[in-house]
This record gives sequence, C-alpha cells and structure tokens, in this order.
Amino acid sequence: MGRRVVITGLGVVSPNGVGIPEFLHSIQYGISGIRFMPQYEKLKFNCQVAGMPHFEWDQLKKYVSEITFHGLKGNAIGYGIRAALDAWTDAGNFISNDQTFWETGCVFGSSVADVEVVRNVINRVDSGEARKLGSRVVEQLMNSSVTAYISGRLGLGNKIIANSAACATGTQAILMGYEYIKHGLAGRMVVGSCEHVDPYIFGAFDSMRILSRKFNHLPEQASRPMSQSACGFVPGSGAGALILEDLDFAMERKATIYAEITGGANNSGGQRRGGSMTAPGSPGIIRCISEALASSGTDPQSIDLISGHLTATAADKMEIQNWGLALGRNGRNFPLINSLKSMIGHCLSAAGSIEAIAVVLQIMHQFVHPNINLEDPNPEILAEISMDCIPTTMIKKEINTVAKANFGFGDVNTCLIFSKYK
Amino acid sequence: MDRQAILNELKLVLEPYTEDKEMLRGINDGTDLVKDLKINSANLVDIIIDAETKYNVEIDLDSAEKMITVGSCIDVIMAKMDR
Repeated sequence: MGRRVVITGLGVVSPNGVGIPEFLHSIQYGISGIRFMPQYEKLKFNCQVAGMPHFEWDQLKKYVSEITFHGLKGNAIGYGIRAALDAWTDAGNFISNDQTFWETGCVFGSSVADVEVVRNVINRVDSGEARKLGSRVVEQLMNSSVTAYISGRLGLGNKIIANSAACATGTQAILMGYEYIKHGLAGRMVVGSCEHVDPYIFGAFDSMRILSRKFNHLPEQASRPMSQSACGFVPGSGAGALILEDLDFAMERKATIYAEITGGANNSGGQRRGGSMTAPGSPGIIRCISEALASSGTDPQSIDLISGHLTATAADKMEIQNWGLALGRNGRNFPLINSLKSMIGHCLSAAGSIEAIAVVLQIMHQFVHPNINLEDPNPEILAEISMDCIPTTMIKKEINTVAKANFGFGDVNTCLIFSKYK
Repeated sequence: MDRQAILNELKLVLEPYTEDKEMLRGINDGTDLVKDLKINSANLVDIIIDAETKYNVEIDLDSAEKMITVGSCIDVIMAKMDR
C-alpha cells in the first residue's frame, strides 16, 4: 500500500506570472504570456514569439547569498532557485543556515545547461583566455547545477537528483519524488523543473519547422492547441516547484495540504509502432495512462479533468484519441480537458512542473482554466469529443481527480493522477 | 600607486566575495583571506582574475599561490605593476 503523498508547497516562474498569486490570476482569466521577440526577427527565425517570464534577476539577491549571486549567470538556474525556494517557504518552512534535512531530498530537472553560459566558455577558450573563466563556471555547466544550488541553499540531505526526459522531465521529477516518499525512502521532496530557451536552443527547434510561425504579429494568439489553425508550438521558459510530503510528516508539522498525488506512471514506447525520436507512439501513451490509473486505483470514469500535453501540433488529435482509448470515454462522456500551453507556450522541461502547479491550483480553488485561442476547434478533435469538454472560459466546478500527462522526445511518457485531499 | 591606494582598491575587489563587511573595512597586511575574511578558497581564482582587470596586470600561477594575506596580495600586485 505504501504511504500517502501530499502537496504542501508551490512555487512558479511562468511566462504569464512569476509567483503563485499572479500565475493563479492569469490562468483563471486566460492571460497569455507569449510575446514578440525583436531579437528573433533579427536572427531571421521563422517563429518570432516566445513565452518569456518577466523575471527580475536582481530579486534573486533575496534568495541566495550575495556571494552566490555575484557570478550567477544561468537563467534556468535562477528560475529554478526562485521557484524551489518559494515552494519551500509556501509550505511553511524556514531557510536555516546550519541544519541538514536528512529526510528531505530533491529531484529537479532540465533539458540542457544554459547555452549562453556554454557560449561564454567557448568564446573564452577559443580566444586563448581559458584562465579568465574563474571558479563559477563549472557549477553552472553541470546538468546537476540547479539541484546543487537548491539543495545547498535549503540544506537538503536525502537523494539529490537532476533528471532529464525532454518534455516529460517535469512530470517525471514529480513522479520520482512521489515514488521515494511512497516507498518510505524520503519524508519530503522538493520536486520540479526549469528551462530557459535561449536563442541557440530556440534556433535549433525553429530549424525543425515545428514552431508556430503565422502569428508573429499577434503573439498572444500564437499558441493554439486543439485548433484548426494550430501550426506548431511556441517555446516557453520558466520553472515550477512543488513540495511533496509523506502525509504523516505533513500532519506532524501541521502543514496545509493542497492536494494529494495518488499515482502515476512513466514509460517509453521504445520508439516502435508509431513512436520515434520526435513522436510519441500510441501504445506507450495508452499504457502509461492506464498504468497511472491502476497505480492510483482510480476509476477512469471518475476523472474530472485532463491537463493535456497538447502542444498545438498535428499530434493534438492523436493525443485526444489516446486519452479516449485509455479512459474508455469519448463524445460528451469525455472529461473536461485543457492545455496551459495555450497561454504560456511549451516550456519543454519546465512544462510538466508548471502545468502540474496549474492542476493543483484548479483542485485547491475548484475551477477549470480556459483554453484560449480556440475560436476554430479542429473538427477532427470534435469528431472524438464534445466541444462542451473543452472550456474556453473559466468554469467553476467541483474538481476531485485530475490526470496530467506529458510526452517527450525519445518517446518517453509520464502520467500523474492528482486528487483533492480527503 | 602606493600600498594604501592598492589596499583601498583591493577592498573593492574582495567585496563581492566576503559577507563579513566589518572585517573587510578594517583589513591590514596581516588579514588572511580565507581564515579571517571567510572567503571560499575556490573564489581565490576569481579574486585574482578581478585583480588582474582592476590593476591591469597579469598574475602568473606561481605568484597567485603567494596571495594568502592582504599584505602578500599587495606585494604581488606592486611587483607586477612595477614591470
């Protein structure tokens, strides 16, 4: 049976809101965080819009020591530190400078180290100035940079793991933290993910011709999941962090419980039967969702809401079909479904954690956030499910159980089941 | 530049690397960077790189190893500036 795992803290750096209050307001009212990027026009990218958080770098001085702040350059690291520390204090914890929390660990993921930091290294080395790089570069080049900063600031003494599973990174980090607590290996876990899509990563995606390119002058309309005019995704940046706790541990310290994670699954389709490096295969997705439901003992009929991966590509239709097959539900009987990406774009590794925070907020405040930019729903999707299942304005409704999934390059899938704490 | 001028400039170089601002204000030749100012020894290379820019000198690795106290830092910097 194992232990019960609850969520007690949230922290977010999202293109449409830095900090939970601003983010909650934005997702309730359908406020987009996608903006035009003049630099991308100069760089001749096809897609010239992005989900970029309004992140005030200097505010990090409140989060790390002056010495750490001096020389900190990695954007994704900065987002991750802020989200994780906000989640920690949101959960009612204090930051102590001399305590090691042996029962508390961290799983925090990202896709790539900050390429702008890498670029500085390349430029210095190539011009014969390697000696001028200094002591602070390696710690920001490591794949484990963000976990090293977070765990050092908070004094975490359990497992410290930097995971990476492309666009499934965030949900995978949450699942890993959940499993450690569930199996009694940790009492509390700081979990989440971060991503900064700089011009180099953006350019590489742009070259794949999978980004939205027809709405450069209407940035807020550029991310259009499930619509007929969906023409690719909009890359986004940010971070999300959650504090997961063993229920007993949370009760003992009288923590406020936001929601419960009741199960989840993480698999790969093996890049067979429709799955490939860049596309998820249906058998893997259906199996992942089914395993998540089974692990939580959830009846598919009781799912109130699906927080989809739904990036605004041709894969949206297939995703809806797969949810329908996995849940055995379609037409009007399909659950409500939404895509946060309509407001913030696709934050790659950060997507899963930011979207999971949106799920927890919808459970806490009992609402379903709108899908924006859905004036022209894809008729092939409406052949599967009723338009009533795809809200375009906020719905106030009793939400008890939510399924959240993300699918990543390499044909990796993660699905989590969140429930109202009872 | 005399020793006092170099010391005053050195305070600015060391500033981002120590939290003990009071100790920094009162540094003298005998102040040890790691023991007294509690500077992380990994940051000594950053201080040397910053000092090179500040005083427009190049500090070789052998000289850098001598920079343990404020006094030895000033000695090394003065020797390099004389060149």
